[in-house]
Order: sequence, then structure tokens, then C-alpha cells
Amino acid sequence: MTMDRREFLKIGSASVGGAALLGGLTSEWYGAYGNPIQDPQTEGDRVVPTFCELCFWKCGVLAHVKDTAEGPVVTKIKGNPKHPLSRGRLCPRGAGGTGLLYDPDRLKQPLVRVRSAGGAQKFETVSWEKALDEVANGFEKIKQKYGGSALALFYHGYGANWMKHLFKAYGTPNIAAPSYAQCRGPRDVGFDLTFGEGVGSPERTDIANSRCMVLIGSHLGENMHNTQVQDFAEFLRSGGDLIVVDPRFSTAAAKARHWLPIKPGADIALLLAWMNVIIEEKLYDADYLESYAYGFDQLAAHVRPFTPEWAYPRTGIEPGRIRETAHLMAGARPATLIHPGRHVTWYGDDTQRSRAIAMLNALLGSWGRKGGFVVPSQVELPKYRYPGYEKNHSRPVDRPLPSNFPLADKVLAQGLCNATIPGLGEYELKGWMVYGSNLPTTLPDPKRTHEAIQKLDFLVTVDVLPAEICSLSDVVLPEATYLERCDELHNPPYREPYVAVRQEVVPPMYDSKPGWWIAKELATRLGLDDFFPWKDSMEYAKTRLHDAGVDCEGMQKDGVLLGKPQPLYYEEGAVPEFYTDSGKIELYSTRLAAAGFEPMPVYTPQEEPPPGYYRLLFGRTSVHTFGRTTNNRLLSEVFDENAVWVNRDVAAKWGLADGERVYLQNQDGVRSTFSAPLRVTSRIRPDAVFLVHGYGRKAKKLRQVHGKGIDSAELVTRYKTDPIMGGTGMNVNFVTFLRAEDVDSAAATKEA
Amino acid sequence: MSEPRYAMAVDTRTCVGCSACVIGCKEENDVAPQFTRDWVTTDTRGAFPELRMELRSERCNHCEDAPCVRACPTGSSHYGPGGTVQITDVKCSGCKACITACPYGARFVDPRSKTVDKCTFCMHRIEAGKETTSCQEICPTESILFGDLNDPHSDISKALQRRVNTTLLPGAGTKPMHFYLK
Repeated sequence: MTMDRREFLKIGSASVGGAALLGGLTSEWYGAYGNPIQDPQTEGDRVVPTFCELCFWKCGVLAHVKDTAEGPVVTKIKGNPKHPLSRGRLCPRGAGGTGLLYDPDRLKQPLVRVRSAGGAQKFETVSWEKALDEVANGFEKIKQKYGGSALALFYHGYGANWMKHLFKAYGTPNIAAPSYAQCRGPRDVGFDLTFGEGVGSPERTDIANSRCMVLIGSHLGENMHNTQVQDFAEFLRSGGDLIVVDPRFSTAAAKARHWLPIKPGADIALLLAWMNVIIEEKLYDADYLESYAYGFDQLAAHVRPFTPEWAYPRTGIEPGRIRETAHLMAGARPATLIHPGRHVTWYGDDTQRSRAIAMLNALLGSWGRKGGFVVPSQVELPKYRYPGYEKNHSRPVDRPLPSNFPLADKVLAQGLCNATIPGLGEYELKGWMVYGSNLPTTLPDPKRTHEAIQKLDFLVTVDVLPAEICSLSDVVLPEATYLERCDELHNPPYREPYVAVRQEVVPPMYDSKPGWWIAKELATRLGLDDFFPWKDSMEYAKTRLHDAGVDCEGMQKDGVLLGKPQPLYYEEGAVPEFYTDSGKIELYSTRLAAAGFEPMPVYTPQEEPPPGYYRLLFGRTSVHTFGRTTNNRLLSEVFDENAVWVNRDVAAKWGLADGERVYLQNQDGVRSTFSAPLRVTSRIRPDAVFLVHGYGRKAKKLRQVHGKGIDSAELVTRYKTDPIMGGTGMNVNFVTFLRAEDVDSAAATKEA
Repeated sequence: MSEPRYAMAVDTRTCVGCSACVIGCKEENDVAPQFTRDWVTTDTRGAFPELRMELRSERCNHCEDAPCVRACPTGSSHYGPGGTVQITDVKCSGCKACITACPYGARFVDPRSKTVDKCTFCMHRIEAGKETTSCQEICPTESILFGDLNDPHSDISKALQRRVNTTLLPGAGTKPMHFYLK
């Protein structure tokens, strides 16, 4: 099972080459041979349904498997027509899952750092037995010396459920995912403060039925969350009006009736001006607000000064266009959707920005209404009957003072990282497990991350690929990919309630092991057997399904089971319930006011770039999920290096040509490790540059992506923390260009 | 039933240029590493901030008057089922005359077989009774239509009747069977 897929294909095609030669030598060379249709033979011998992990949308997929003498081979991956998130279709990443499974750079065996007497350090390949003993030993030492709370888990991805369970059982409150305070957190808190609930993932947006959609800092089409993009196309086909607010002429902007190339950091000013127009001109949904909202009069008074004329110099959007777009939105209400976006940690006022988006939706009456936001439902699955976790009395150490970030409802990853440095936290963290999250590129200020890691007694990483975090670890555990393991069942709240199963398509390659097995083995060594009573994760899943009265065999055959549909909209009978303090939609936030924050969003101007510098923006391409896929050789055939997007006029001013390589240097003098080509384009404002995140990788073992392009994360040396919930605003860095030619020749001279 | 006339159309209004078609095709057709049978073109016009952009999933146009077929000295490139342009591997000498003749850059030499390769409109699927090509099947925005132009009720016939559409390089006289809906 250590066979490389590309090698296999070569063997396959060599025999085809032989056939071609034979054909050439016979009399059938011209004409007589006929023209049979050639079949590439990728259908396979069987199809195994599971769900994807190339991003975190979790689409249902069908893996085609061919049984060969060397073992089963996954030939192709298709969308599962029965799964509500894929509906038989996929994004490029989902189709490229084989590029992860057969990545020749995968972690293949457990590694342990050994220190020789002379102080030299190296990784040694060891057995799982030895590696797991080492991890258990590392944890136990820390627990004995400092208590269980000195351990932290950083995680990303669905497989992390087993590790979270392990760490809760072991007794630490310090469990955090950078997907909160470095990504979605401000949005979730902003919507929760307004409606008493977040938008969830998959989001409860009703894109396909919307008549007018606003994307403000959302990039559907580059963000390829499959179902949303399918619905986006449906929205376009049905003639919905699209308004895109973006400093970049994004893919979505190209489909828009209005593209508003806003000055970066000024979204709140635009949102306030839109609310001003809608309230001043009485375009809001008065009945809806009367029934469900709290604080309308305060909001009306609050936004009165924020006219389109006030917003113009702050946003760069002409007052006429602000009014025109507000009228479009109001004309389509309640089927108007101001999309909440997803990655929103930009300027440190991001919770208020998301609040403003939520409030604008509320004014238009779109929450709980067709074409706005649906009321999701969930298939109820009883939890596995574990013993209860022992009560841990210590608070997470992610905040310097208990009063900091009072409305954060999850643990802050950056906070745990900071607290690892002695003196910065209430107590010290001495051991980390990092599961599927490459912290040097996910957390801002990578120098700080390195400093924290140096202070640790013990660091264990569980990953599929040899990312940068691995080389900083004491133990590296190679996990099997999503195609080689069974994970927790997936039953999110969604418009169509469902349960999906992730099952083993092919056995784990090399000496990799599924996460559930790793967690269970560690539990045994840590005396936590009671928390892992099942034989394997499939037995666990079957127990839960059985308890819910679900047919397990049908689930395994189809990969998914649909629940009973529930009403989606208030007009269909869904019950309007708002879990806020007032029990209403809070235009005026009682919780923000009580915590000493502005109860309604205010605009704060952002620092301007110094002369010769440009704001660094970073984001996505449709083909990749950041560093998680940039080493994928199949996907790299379409996109293998990021480029620096720079405005045409700016490039002309610098005398820089399209395709010319540059290094970027930020305001703190930090220069990118590698260079990238320039993409000279009219599709970006002159005051900003844009990079796709996940390149400029330093890990040499990532042979496909190593050294390609520029790592946006290493230039994020500054960030602005959101005082409400601790999100790290990272779009506050400025960069300038250094010609690669000059830098490289200077380096060569120095070396000589 | 008359002989079908297969054609494809890409809806440029909904295509987001994500390249799912490219990766899906590579997997379905076991396309050689570093080569693709389809690709995405981004066509940007105007200057900041007055811009227009069209994204197009492109591939072999399966021309009705195909320069590649005329250029092929061995009869390997030929008109196959439903008027599509196909290559028979065993007859291909790898001379590349067709690559030079094709104005669309749709062809390449597969380094494994040393024969020319390109989009087949997934004829192995269609002949096996499937109704979709792999690019069409995967497309998240359902922007790819494939079907029979001789059937006036097929989705593609109806779309071409209803919508303004173009082909690439109409002046080349190749009569492409691949259309772009505007």
C-alpha cells in the first residue's frame, strides 16, 4: 500500500504504448483498424460514499475505487447526488482529493526529536508504540508538575473531534481553533448579539431565492463553498440584483450590477450610510421591526448624521450610488440578503462591522424570510454515552484579564499562544498538541508564535503533511487522510436536515493512522479508557445511529440520510425566536452596552499606508484552501504559485512589469522569504495589493510548494485585536516592493 | 432518430472560472500530469474602475470544419460519433501537424503514449449511456451544457435558440460546435 499513484499510472500507460506500437506494425495502420472509442478506465470496481475535507464545507463525495494487485486505488472523486451540500457536483478541490491521498510528500511514519549529548537535534523514525509512549509521557510529566490545564490543544478540521474529546477527558479548558479569532468569530458574535444566533456553517443564507444580494467582503466564486456557489449561480440565472463591495474586482464583482470599489477598512461607514438612507426614506420593513425588533428609535437617532455625503470621503463611494444601491436593496425586501461573509478578521472593529450587516438585514426584514436567511433544523442524534468529563475549575488562560474580550464565546487561539510566554498569562502553558493547523501561518505575528513554541516543554503535532509546525515539534504523528478514515458523523443545522458519514474508502497508506485510533491509544496510556469504550470509530458511529433509530447499512451505502424537512421561513410557520436578552432582534445591543461597548456600530478611520506602501490584503483562489492544499500536485496544475496583484497605474509608477518578480517588505522592515511574480491588473484599487494565502512555504519537505510565492502571514507582524471578542484584525499591514533581481544579486554578492 | 449532432455551450453569465471542470476532466480521463484537456480563460476589458470580465471554460471546439482532421496524415484525427472530433491513438504518429493546425491550442502530445490528446466530449461516457460529460457533471454552477443540436428539445438547443451566443474565432471558418452564452 505504499504505492505512488503516479507510478501506477505510468505502468498502466506503458502497456497502452505497447499496443500503439503493435498497431503501427500491423497492416491496420491506415483506415482498416476502425476508430473504437477509448475508455480511460477510471470508473473503478466500486464506489464508496464519504464526505470531503479539502475545505471545511463537508460536501458528500463518491470515491471510485479500482481493485488492483497492489491494493485498492482511488481513481476519481465525484459529488454525491444524494448529499444536500454537493447535489452531485463539486468544486475543484473536492475533485482533487486524490492529490492529497497520493501526495508523495505525506508524513509516512511517526517522528520523534532526539537530542544527542553534543546538543545536536534530529528527527528519528520510530514505531507508533514508541511515539505514543513519548506523547503520553510528555503529557503526564506536564500534568504532574503543572496540572492538566498547562496543556493546550490547537485544532482545525473535522477529525479534531476525537482530540477535543481526549483533551476534555484529560482535563484542560485550553482548547482553541484559529478558525474562531482568526476567521469567523466576529461574524458569529455580531449576528449572535443581534439575532441571538449565529449564521452557522454551512450558513443559513437563502441565496438561490434572493432577489437582491450584497456581497461585502465576501468572494463567492473565489470562495468555493460548493452549495453557496451553486445557489449563487441559481441567483444569477433567476435575474437577482447583485451588489459587490470589494477593493478588488473579484469574480463576483464581474457578475454584479453594482461594483463598489470601497476604500479598505471603511465598510462600517458604508453600512451606516445605507441604514441612514433606509431609515430616513422609511424603506424598512415597519411591521417586521414592530413585531420583532428592539431599539429602532435609538438606531434611527444614531445613524441620522451618517448620510451618503458623510460616507463619501470615507468610503470613496459616491452618494448617488449609495442611495441607488440602498433603493435596490429596499425594493427587493424581504428577499434581500446582505451576505454575512466568513473570514472577517480585518481591522479590529470586525464584530461591530458584522453587527452592522446583521442590523441592515434586520431593517429589511430578511432574517427568517424567503430570499434572506432560513430557519435551519437538525437531525437529532443522541450523544454517545460517555462518562461525564471531570469538572475543571481553572479558566482558559487565553485572556490576560478575565474582563478582556467579554463577549468571546470560544477560547482564543492567539491568547493561548501568548499565554505560553512566561509572565503574559494567569498561568503558563507547557505542552501543546496541534492538530491539522499550521500555526506559523494561521496566527498573526509568526515571530511571537515561534517564541512561544520555544518556551514549551513538549509539542506534538498530528498532521497529514510535513507543514512548518512539524519541524518545531517534539513528536510528529502522521494521520491518515479523510479518504482513509472514519470520523464523527456530520449533522449540522441546515435547510435540509441530514446526517452524513465519513467512512474509510481505502486503508491508510504508509504507517499513517486515523485520528480516532491515535486519540484512543493515547487515552489508554493516560488511564482514560472509559472515555473510548468503542472498538473503532465505525462502531462508535453505528452506536449513535442505532440509538437514533437510523438504518446504518443504508447510511453506509448512500453516505447520507435526509431528515424530515421543517418550515424554513416565518411565513411558512417557522417560529420567530430570538435568544437575546430582550428576546427580540437587538438593533440596540443591551449586552454590548452592559459590557461597556458602543451599543450600535460606529466608524473608526483606519491608519493610511505610508508613502510608497500599500495595504496588504489576502484571500482565496477557487482551487485552493490555503496551505492545506497548496502542495496538492493535481490542484497545482491549475494554480501553483501566488502572484502579487498590483494596480496598473501603481506598477507603471514603479516601472514594474507584469510577471516581474518582487519581494514584499512591510512597515516593520520584515521582508518576505521568497519572491513572487507581479500580476499587473486593473482589478484592484491603487492603495492595496492582494495575495492568495498559503504560499511562500518554508517547509522543504513540501516539495511541490516550497519556495513558491509569498507568504502573506509572515508580513502580518501587526494586528488589531477586537476588544469585544478578541478577533485579530490582520489587514492593518502595509508593504512595498523590492525588485527580486536587485535583492537576489545583492545576496549573491554578499555570499561571494 | 436521426444521427445526433453533439455540441457544448458554456454560460458565461454564471461561470465563475473555478476550474472544477479542469480537475474533474483530469480525473475522469486520466489526463497526463502537467497537461489539461480544458482550461479557464479570463477576459478582462476596461480600466479601473470601469471593468468588465468574462470567465470561460474552454476546450476542443469539435469543429464542423476541423483543420486538425484535414492536417492529419494518418486518419487518426477524424469525425467520430455525433460529428465530434476524435483521435485514434494507434493511428497517431505524433507528428504534431494537428497541433499546428488547431487555432484554439486544444491539443498536446501525451508524454506517456507519445500520441496527441485532447477533449473527446467524454465520448466514452456518452457511448456508455451517460447523459453528461465529466466537466458538465461536476460544474457547481451548472454552466456547462452538452447535448444534441439535432434534437430541438435538448437543453442546449433551447439555450442556443433563446440566448445570444458566440463561438471562439468565428473568422477562422472552423464552424465550432462549442458555444458561449452571453
